[in-house]
Amino acid sequence: MERKAEFQAMDAAAARQRCMGYRRRVLEVSQHVSALHIAPAFSCLEITDAIYNVLMRDQGNDASPDRFVMSKGHGCMAQYVILESQGVLSSDDLAKYCTPHGQLGAHPDYGVAGIRASTGSLGHGLSIAVGMAYAEKTQGGDGRIFTVLSDGEVQEGSTWEALMMGSTLGVDNLFAFIDNNDFQSLGRTSETHPSFYPLVEKFDAFGWETAEVNGHDAEAIHKAVSARQGGKPMVVVCKTTKGRGVSYMENVPIWHYRAPNPEEYQQALDELNEVSS
Amino acid sequence: MRNQFAETLYEMGKKDSSIYIVVADISPAGSMGKFRDECGERFINVGVAEQSMIGICAGLALKGCQPFAYTIATFSLYRPFEMVRDDLGYQNLPVTVVGIGGGVIYSTLGGTHHAQEDVIIASAIPNMSVIAPCDPLEVVEATRYCATQKKGPIYLRLGKAGEPTLTENAVEPWEFGKIRYLRRGSDTCILSYGVVTNKAAELADRLTAEGDSVSLVSAHTIKPLDREGIAQALAHHKRVIVIEECAPGGLASRVKEIAWDTEAKCTLHTFTLQDKFIHNYGNHDQLLAAHGLDVDLIAAAL
Repeated sequence: MERKAEFQAMDAAAARQRCMGYRRRVLEVSQHVSALHIAPAFSCLEITDAIYNVLMRDQGNDASPDRFVMSKGHGCMAQYVILESQGVLSSDDLAKYCTPHGQLGAHPDYGVAGIRASTGSLGHGLSIAVGMAYAEKTQGGDGRIFTVLSDGEVQEGSTWEALMMGSTLGVDNLFAFIDNNDFQSLGRTSETHPSFYPLVEKFDAFGWETAEVNGHDAEAIHKAVSARQGGKPMVVVCKTTKGRGVSYMENVPIWHYRAPNPEEYQQALDELNEVSS
Repeated sequence: MRNQFAETLYEMGKKDSSIYIVVADISPAGSMGKFRDECGERFINVGVAEQSMIGICAGLALKGCQPFAYTIATFSLYRPFEMVRDDLGYQNLPVTVVGIGGGVIYSTLGGTHHAQEDVIIASAIPNMSVIAPCDPLEVVEATRYCATQKKGPIYLRLGKAGEPTLTENAVEPWEFGKIRYLRRGSDTCILSYGVVTNKAAELADRLTAEGDSVSLVSAHTIKPLDREGIAQALAHHKRVIVIEECAPGGLASRVKEIAWDTEAKCTLHTFTLQDKFIHNYGNHDQLLAAHGLDVDLIAAAL
């Protein structure tokens, strides 16, 4: 019954290049709309890239047994640009982002190509992922379910219900990643709830296999998942920076949902070009 | 009702391995134990974690399964309401949310256990269907429907145990989305659904004994409501009476709306639960009577 996870190799340099391109693309889209979630997407971009392009078989396409749920729905720009690069979404889809004739909104919507669950309200994705993983295990499939949660989302009681159920049901085909950027709408998570951290110990206590990595280090993410013991669901706590990649967005709350003006846009592109050159 | 539900689900589950039941710390009544023993992997107890119960059902349905969420109505619908709305309604997944003890059946347990607005709340969710069978025989029909349909989520409101059979001589079969004549008459039509239909039947008997020609209708599918069927009932009877174990805003309000839209000429009387929490602790009949749902009180008000 138990199949050891086998993941394809991670090419960290290629992942860095992809993520650079994804960041540029998100910034491009930002110039057509008044507001969008850039910083939350940049925070989980390397994680989402690793899941789609390396950890899921066949990039999680319809023929793949694997599925991805963006539990932190406000991070879906990361998902959209990756799905665009795979040809699942079109450039026209992104051009019409948040417009009356488009199909992409600020939160992912089930029914749109490549979107496996509607999220946006926090604390829903992990239970859905537990159900999907359990269906795979009990219906004779070998699919793996991947999900990304925000750290703020971990405050939802429903997340702890799902953590409890994940270990009770023994869904060792489930991989949850915490985008641990220490920010929520009103400020730092560590200041909102001084007892929120440490996280890893809490997940350990709830019966999950745990790892803690730099969430912008593709190699570290891959290594953590590849090295798992198995037999339990796995949660990877990923230390991230909200707005990662653009200096003036990093750890600045207004960039949770603001689009850069043309000047800021140029500065952001220049910074990204500088890093990649 | 719950035993009949469990027996039917067991029968369906034996035939169809995509059927799951996800319960929240509620003792498996009747054949639910058989389902648990024989279809073990497809019986999940989440414990006291109802939000997860609904989310897990959504995940199962997203993978092609046919799940039922099952617990006391207040905990299957109210506690995880946003999961019911977003995970099931918004995604339009074929999950049945079973509410045991809908209405004020758990009379002595107090307001925390009274699902007196459940039908209205569930009906307000887009994509959600709402079914409330009136007796154990209708529970069989409704459960079979829920176990095989793929259209979307359903709130299935059940009673608890020991409800009388009301439909064995029904003049029409059960059909999802259609009102069902249990008896046909020409003067008065009594519309009801769920467990309180036994009061409607008792009133029908009484009016018949007084010389009235009475139709008795099980409006088991509250959403989508059979507007045409109700318009016909309004058009072809001199008097229509709605008896409903639900707060104002449910079937009674919908029938009034249809009566207005169709310029119905009949008289229309509606009897519902009151828009209040009643701090009485009698049996189910006594609590219904405290809300005004008592055959003597209704007959006197006609």
